[in-house]
Amino acid sequence: MNYHARKLLKLNLAPWRMAAMGSLLLAGFTVVALRAFYLQGLNTDYLQGKGDAVANRNLTLPAHRGQVSDRHGQLLAISTPVESLWARPDELKLSDGARAQLAKVLGMPASELTKKLSRKTRGEFSVLRPVTPEQAVRIATMGVPGLHLRREFRRYYPAGEVAAHVVGFTNVDDLGQEGVERAYQDWLAGREGQRHIQRDRRGNTIRDLAPIRTAQMGGNLALSLDLNIQYLAHRELAAAIVALKAKGGSVVVLDAKTGEILALANQPIFNPNNRRNYQPGPMRNRAVIDTFEPGSTIKPFVAAAVLERGLYRPDSVIDTPETWRVGAKLVRDTHPHPKLTVSEIIQKSSNVGAVKLAMSLTPQQYWDVLHRSGFGQLPGSGFPGETAGRLRNATTWKPVEHATMAYGYGLSVSLLQLTRAYMAFANDGEVMPLSFLKREPQEIVGERVFSPGVARKVRAMLETVTQEGGTGTRTQVPGYRVAGKTGTAHKLVGGRYAPDIFLSSFVGMAPASNPRLIIGVVIDEPSGGVYYGGSTAGPVFAQVMAASLRQLAVPPDAPETATRITQNGQPAMARAGGGA
Amino acid sequence: MSRLNAILVLVLVGCALAVIQSQHRSRTYFVELERLKKQAHGLDEQWGKLQLEQSTWANPARVDTLAGPPRGRISPPHDRVRVETLVSAP
Repeated sequence: MNYHARKLLKLNLAPWRMAAMGSLLLAGFTVVALRAFYLQGLNTDYLQGKGDAVANRNLTLPAHRGQVSDRHGQLLAISTPVESLWARPDELKLSDGARAQLAKVLGMPASELTKKLSRKTRGEFSVLRPVTPEQAVRIATMGVPGLHLRREFRRYYPAGEVAAHVVGFTNVDDLGQEGVERAYQDWLAGREGQRHIQRDRRGNTIRDLAPIRTAQMGGNLALSLDLNIQYLAHRELAAAIVALKAKGGSVVVLDAKTGEILALANQPIFNPNNRRNYQPGPMRNRAVIDTFEPGSTIKPFVAAAVLERGLYRPDSVIDTPETWRVGAKLVRDTHPHPKLTVSEIIQKSSNVGAVKLAMSLTPQQYWDVLHRSGFGQLPGSGFPGETAGRLRNATTWKPVEHATMAYGYGLSVSLLQLTRAYMAFANDGEVMPLSFLKREPQEIVGERVFSPGVARKVRAMLETVTQEGGTGTRTQVPGYRVAGKTGTAHKLVGGRYAPDIFLSSFVGMAPASNPRLIIGVVIDEPSGGVYYGGSTAGPVFAQVMAASLRQLAVPPDAPETATRITQNGQPAMARAGGGA
Repeated sequence: MSRLNAILVLVLVGCALAVIQSQHRSRTYFVELERLKKQAHGLDEQWGKLQLEQSTWANPARVDTLAGPPRGRISPPHDRVRVETLVSAP
């Protein structure tokens, strides 16, 4: 085809128009070229940044809190991931229909949800933590702008209230608030990591852009507790508190050889899994934090002090009248005996006898024995809020105080401290450092408090307490020899000793031939009519001791009990069997 | 000379292809590694949940309640316990 041949199609343009058009197009191309050069060559960061924003991500690597378990690996606390609902108020767009639906999913009244969401805070706040997995799925499908789910770790305590006082608990931000959770916060807490990565278009991570800061998982912790013994202690104590109509109580079970705390139970209790309605009262670990006047449970230390100085022998006879005057104070025995040996003073828990023994020592000498035994000092378990009790300096003692100190008034102790002090009698004079953590036997060094001879003599006296004629006959454990001491102390109410408000205790050990366990029991204000330590705390001791010895498979050391029963010709078993 | 150049060009192309290939393999493996790490993490979480579940079921308090009243089992009181000591005959 030849266009020039036709007249109509002949290009009839003025040259200036051609030039103008050409230069306009050229200028356009130049601008585009310059812009391209600017973006690609000079201002590279901009597009690079846009590209990176699509492909690169900063990730936070979550770290969870360590587990807490008992000495056999039974779980006491564990963190597992849960979803929680967070809101960003400035982005929140929620229609009324969606709001009603959300309220239904969350199971809260619409008005409450509205109140929660209308909070005027900067940044984010949590609406509900945690939400159940089903709720999480339904919220995610709703896709409300400004509401998002966040993955968090929540702490669970499978043993619940049984070990609550020892394990403690964390707050919503995973910070230890009480107990072991607080004491070992630094060890248990994890540290989040950071990662800078590049992704491909399918969302796969294809490479690390910066060195990874690895997340540090929290360390695990094996406690010295034995969950089985802990449960038994908890159960027996709870039953006794109900039966005795008492205000509270505590049980401590110590391993006499290693100083490990095998069980520690308190009443009243709380549930660490329920984060609502926290009250400080039940959460207190009474055995470690509360102090009380020990009463007669202090008397073995008086006996040890006089034996140690060679002032008396266990069979030395002492006049013990019904009353004995020290200054203005009249010391009285409720069950008087005219003459008692030192051993019988312990067995029958004679106040007059104990005072006479203590008065044969100078205040400084008696103080020295109490101080050595750990009274007035921190027991060293490392438990948060642990108390040292109170033991005043001997130079400030008045004669009356010197006397009352002999039967356990005028000083205060915690149950853990008192039980620890009895370790000296159980362990031939050596006290092992306390521990809430499981430890290997070779890593401990004890502290010598009494000579082995004195410790054994006092232990023999303590054994008579649980035998016929002693104050603690209800603490017997079949098959085992038991040694211990009862205590019944009047409580101070408004600066006076109340005549009818008591704190009853028993601290004992078994098998007496070579003690393996020491158990301390305190019953606070028994009000069911019985209040003597031997008949309130004593049976709790016996139940827990029997079950614990069985649990630990400790060989019996009282074959005579077994023989006696066998010789009688199946008394106990047959009677029981006949009834069943 | 030109023959040597030709060979070098071929080697160069070969190397370039190998680089592409190994880069691709590296990415594939990396993706696989990430996937397995994620799986390991998931299994770890599941293990934690199972541990929690196990300890909840095996909780002494629960066992005691189940063994107690419904099945009439109690720990015997002390006067109904007899301890036998095994002594070998003389």
